[in-house]
Amino acid sequence: MTDNLIEIEGLRFSRGDRVIFEDLDMAVPRGQVTGLMGPSGTGKTTLLRLIGGELRPDAGTIRFDGQDITRLGRRELLAMRRHMGMLFQSSALFTDLSVFENVAFPLEVHTDLPPEMIRDLVLMKLNAVGLRGARDLMPSELSGGMSRRVALARAIVLDPLLVMYDEPFTGQDPIAMGMLVSLIQGLNQTLGLTSLVVSHDIHETVSIADQIFIISDGRLIGEGPPESLKNHPSTMVRQFMNGSPDGPVPFHYPASSLETDLLGQG
Amino acid sequence: MVETLGRSGIVLFWSVWGVPGRKGLPLLIHQIYQVGVLSLAIIVLSALSIGAVLALQFYTQLHRFGAEETVGLGLSLVLLRELGPVVTALLFAGRAGSAVTAEIGLMKATDQLSSMAMMGVDPLRRIVAPRLWAGFISLPLLALIFSMVAIWGGGIVAVDWLGVDRVSFWAVMQEGTDIWEDVGKGMLKCVVFALVVSWIAVFQGYDAMPTAEGISKATTRTVVLSSIMILALDFVLTLVLYGDFN
Amino acid sequence: MRIRTLEISVGAFMLTGFLALLFLAVQVSGISLERGTGTYTVEARFNDVAGIRPRAKVNMAGVTVGRVTDIRVDSEYAEAILTLEIDSAVRLPTDTGAAIQTEGILGGRYVALLPGVDDDYLAEGDTITYTQSAMVLENLIGDFLINIGGS
Repeated sequence: MTDNLIEIEGLRFSRGDRVIFEDLDMAVPRGQVTGLMGPSGTGKTTLLRLIGGELRPDAGTIRFDGQDITRLGRRELLAMRRHMGMLFQSSALFTDLSVFENVAFPLEVHTDLPPEMIRDLVLMKLNAVGLRGARDLMPSELSGGMSRRVALARAIVLDPLLVMYDEPFTGQDPIAMGMLVSLIQGLNQTLGLTSLVVSHDIHETVSIADQIFIISDGRLIGEGPPESLKNHPSTMVRQFMNGSPDGPVPFHYPASSLETDLLGQG
Repeated sequence: MVETLGRSGIVLFWSVWGVPGRKGLPLLIHQIYQVGVLSLAIIVLSALSIGAVLALQFYTQLHRFGAEETVGLGLSLVLLRELGPVVTALLFAGRAGSAVTAEIGLMKATDQLSSMAMMGVDPLRRIVAPRLWAGFISLPLLALIFSMVAIWGGGIVAVDWLGVDRVSFWAVMQEGTDIWEDVGKGMLKCVVFALVVSWIAVFQGYDAMPTAEGISKATTRTVVLSSIMILALDFVLTLVLYGDFN
Repeated sequence: MRIRTLEISVGAFMLTGFLALLFLAVQVSGISLERGTGTYTVEARFNDVAGIRPRAKVNMAGVTVGRVTDIRVDSEYAEAILTLEIDSAVRLPTDTGAAIQTEGILGGRYVALLPGVDDDYLAEGDTITYTQSAMVLENLIGDFLINIGGS
């Protein structure tokens, strides 16, 4: 498989003294749904921001559609991002704009299309997420699941090559979750997108991903189709895939032993 | 410290560069409404009260020397040179600056700035620049209105209430007030304050920690830092503009 | 519809700001919009102007007829040269004198003009030659003390 939309090589990134990625290599194949999983705090969201060029790595290259993002100037980067859509965990709808205006926003900024055409495009995208009827609502009037679907419509309105989902399932009720799962899968097929889903909801991710990467401690510890990971040689991967509370990934944050803490300096 | 100054300089640079164009004009008008029009009430009320109080104070002192007609001149000089620019800028920092900081900070905390950037839209251009320019345009206008209302209010107190002769009230004022020395230099101060307050407000919002506590701290910093800068710069500007103290 | 009212209020706001500027210029600073008469400038040389300031008044018979616009020093003759801007309606004979005087004992200094009797009048750029320098309070007191000491 040589046709990769994203190729990451030797990525190194640190925040202050804390190293978040150390020599990370990863490739996201075009046209597929790729899951990116790992324990919380391992920098999955940070990785999305690196791909989006919002953060700059200390070393390594990130190629998107053949172009090295880490070397782009400010303007080129802004232009490049028109080919990426991102669904934020908080949906990040513009609170002063209506649902319709939110979805129309990228079109109005980036294109000179006549208003009627913008209207048609926006209504088509809203229809795709099932919220054509909610076009006049304000973001504050939407439920969490609806906000996320509006944000999704906005993310795909410019027909991007890539859509990145940051924890799309967190805090959703089962129905909203089911809707999002089928939306992500459906849109990926009908629009010919490439999807990168960051999540730690194993079941949902497994159900839609063509392949999964598992990151822990700044390194890639497992990759492959979902089924193969359940029987992965690494105990850490198996712990994660099966959701066991303790294992190679410790339950306890590193600390001195409880006895010394309680009886020691106290 | 130096790093913060550097970052704020970068924000200022890209925002000033992002002077609102054809598509940005509605954004700018909207922001002038937010920071300018909505500040009018507090500006007018403060101006009336300050003008009236100044008239009373000047009158009681000047009356002892039989120089009541000079009340008008006292009002115009004090307001145009000092109180107009300074009080307007302080009120503006508290009323509009803090709101701008909180708004931008909250947009940052709710990822609205990031999502905008991810859509290939520069938040400095789209969000920060209109607010910076709106402040820069609104504050001098507010200061002009402040001085006018305060002089007018002081005039009502002095002439209609305390009985200063109407003709000499205005004549002495016109005699002693100069368009450049008093109005012009006062406006110059105001333009400097406008730049500094708007800059501080947008930068504190843009640079805020994206948490509830971070935004509250940033809002406080906007008001405190703006006030200190206004007062310190006022001293420096007075020294430079009226520095002929020999 | 809401956008309309917003734009109108912003327009009204900016208009009010400019009207305020006009008010401050005309009603407060006393800038006359119709400068019908205009002015002309003459120079006057003094031995001592006692720190008179630019924009000081120029009076004739107690009425303000102009302003001091510039103050220079002629180092060759050790004299101060004042540039006076005079209302064109006021015609000054060529033998007009000028004196530096003080409003009250500690007040601001101004230039008092003492019109002469010539038939010719001063024109733009002419110089007033009959001048009387300022009475400097310190000098007067000094003279007074010396006189007391001498007698």
